[in-house]
Amino acid sequence: MRGLVTISINGSVEQPPEDPRVSLLDYLREQLGLHGTKKGCDQGACGACTVLADGERILSCLALAVQYDGRSITTVEGLAADGALHPLQQAFIEDDGFQCGYCTPGQICSAVGMAEEVRRGVPSHVTADLSAETIELSHDELRERMSGNLCRCGAHNGIVAAITRTYASQASATGTAQ
Amino acid sequence: MIPVTYARATDTADALTRGAADGARYLGGGTNLVDLMRETIEQPTALVDVTGLPDAIEELPDGGLLIGAAARNTAVAEHRAVRTRYPVLARAIVAGASAQIRNMATVGGNLLQRTRCPYFYDHDGSRCNKREPGQGCDAVGGFDRSLAILGTSPSCAAAHPSDMCVALAALGAIVHLASADGERTVPLTDLHRLPRDHPELETVLRPGELITAVEVPPLGFAALSTYRKVRDRASYAFALVSVAAALDLDGETVRDVRIALGGVATKPWRAWRAEGMLRGQPATPDSFRAAAEAELAAARPLRGNRFKVELATRTMIAVLGELTGDQA
Repeated sequence: MRGLVTISINGSVEQPPEDPRVSLLDYLREQLGLHGTKKGCDQGACGACTVLADGERILSCLALAVQYDGRSITTVEGLAADGALHPLQQAFIEDDGFQCGYCTPGQICSAVGMAEEVRRGVPSHVTADLSAETIELSHDELRERMSGNLCRCGAHNGIVAAITRTYASQASATGTAQ
Repeated sequence: MIPVTYARATDTADALTRGAADGARYLGGGTNLVDLMRETIEQPTALVDVTGLPDAIEELPDGGLLIGAAARNTAVAEHRAVRTRYPVLARAIVAGASAQIRNMATVGGNLLQRTRCPYFYDHDGSRCNKREPGQGCDAVGGFDRSLAILGTSPSCAAAHPSDMCVALAALGAIVHLASADGERTVPLTDLHRLPRDHPELETVLRPGELITAVEVPPLGFAALSTYRKVRDRASYAFALVSVAAALDLDGETVRDVRIALGGVATKPWRAWRAEGMLRGQPATPDSFRAAAEAELAAARPLRGNRFKVELATRTMIAVLGELTGDQA
C-alpha cells in the first residue's frame, strides 16, 4: 500500500521510511544523509532538531517521519538559494551567532518559522495585548519566542542580534527591536 | 523489537475501527507519545494517526466555541475569538512548551498527555505505580519538589503537566467523545481521575474511545480572565504553580468567578471551594486570601514541595488582584 505517498525534503521528492518508528530527525540524518539537522536531547527539550514543515517550525526528534507524508520539509540545507546564503545565515556569521555551532541549524530554522508567526500575529507569553492585530518584535518578544532553542555556549547575544538584524524591520508592527 | 503498524485515520469511524485493536494508540502531534515510546514506557503495536480528523475552531450559535481535537495548540492560541473572548485559554497555551511543540501538539493530545514526574520517566531505576501498577512509588519521600499537593494518594502524587487543561477547567469546557457505542460528552473536570489506589487509570475514557472535540461554553465574563504560571525559569518549563481565573465584578463585589490551578494537583484542579467562598464577597485581597487558604486547606504537601501551598495561595491572590485592576 505504501509508495503512493512521498515526502518533500528541500524540494526533493523522497520515500518515507518503512518503519513508522523512525523519527523525522533520524530519517533526515541516517537515511537521507542530511546532517545539518542536529540531534541534541532527542526528547523535545533543546530545539537543535528544529526544521520547517510547510513553513512551520517543528521538532523533528518528536515527529515520526511517516506522519509527514505529503508534507514539505525544509532543513537548514534548504535555506540557501542558488548558492547564496539565506540572509539570516549571513547575519549569524556577521553577528557571531554561534560558537560550537551545534545548535545553529535549529536556531536558524526556528527563527525563520518565528518570523512567519510574528507576521501572522501569533501571540506569545509576553504579548501584553492579546487583541492586538500586529506584533512588535521587541527584545523580550524575540527572546521568549526563541526560548525553545537552547545554546549551551551562551551565544544568545549574537543570536538575538542576528535575528533582530534580519527580521525586526519585517515585524508586523511599528516598533523596532533593541 | 515489537512490530508497530501505522495508519492515518480517514475519518472518525475509521479511527474507531482501527483504535479498537489490541495495542492500538491514537497518535496526535507525537510530542508526548513519541517520547514515551522511545523511553519504552509506552509500547503500542498500532499507531492510529488522528491528525487528519476535524481540526476546525467553530463559533457555536450560543456564543461558545467547538474546537476539533486535531486543532494544533498554536491554532487555538492564535484564533481571534479565543484571544478576545477567552484570553485565559490563549495565555495558558502560550505559557506551555515551546513554539515548535505548540505547532505540533493537538488539543486532544494535550488533554491526554502524561505526567512529567521524574520517577514515572525513570523506568530503569525507580518504582512507579502509574507505570507498573502495584509496584510502589519512589517519588513520595524522594525528590518530590515538583510533585502535587492536591488530589494525591499514598500511591501517587504525580502532577498533571498541562497548562491548557487548567484554563479549560476554569472555563467549564466539555469534552466530546466517540466510541463504537456512540457519542457522549464529559466535563473536562471529570475527564481525569484522581489517582487513589489506581494511578495507572488516568481518565474516564473507555478502551478505544476517541476525543473528537472540546467545547468551550459561552462565558461572557471570561473576557476578563488570565493565566499566570510560576516556574523555575522564565520560559519553556513546566509549572510549579499556575492559576487560571476569570472574574465577574458587580461594582466591588464578586458576582461570579472561575479559578483553576495547575502544577499543584494530580489533575487540572478546579478551585470549587474558593469560587464558592468568593461569590457575593467584596473583591479585596482579604477575601482572596481567605478563599485561597480555604482551597489549599486540602493540600497534603510532601517533604520537598511544602512551598507550593504558600506559592499557590499567593499566586491566586495576585491573579485575582490583577483582574480587579490591581497590578500586583
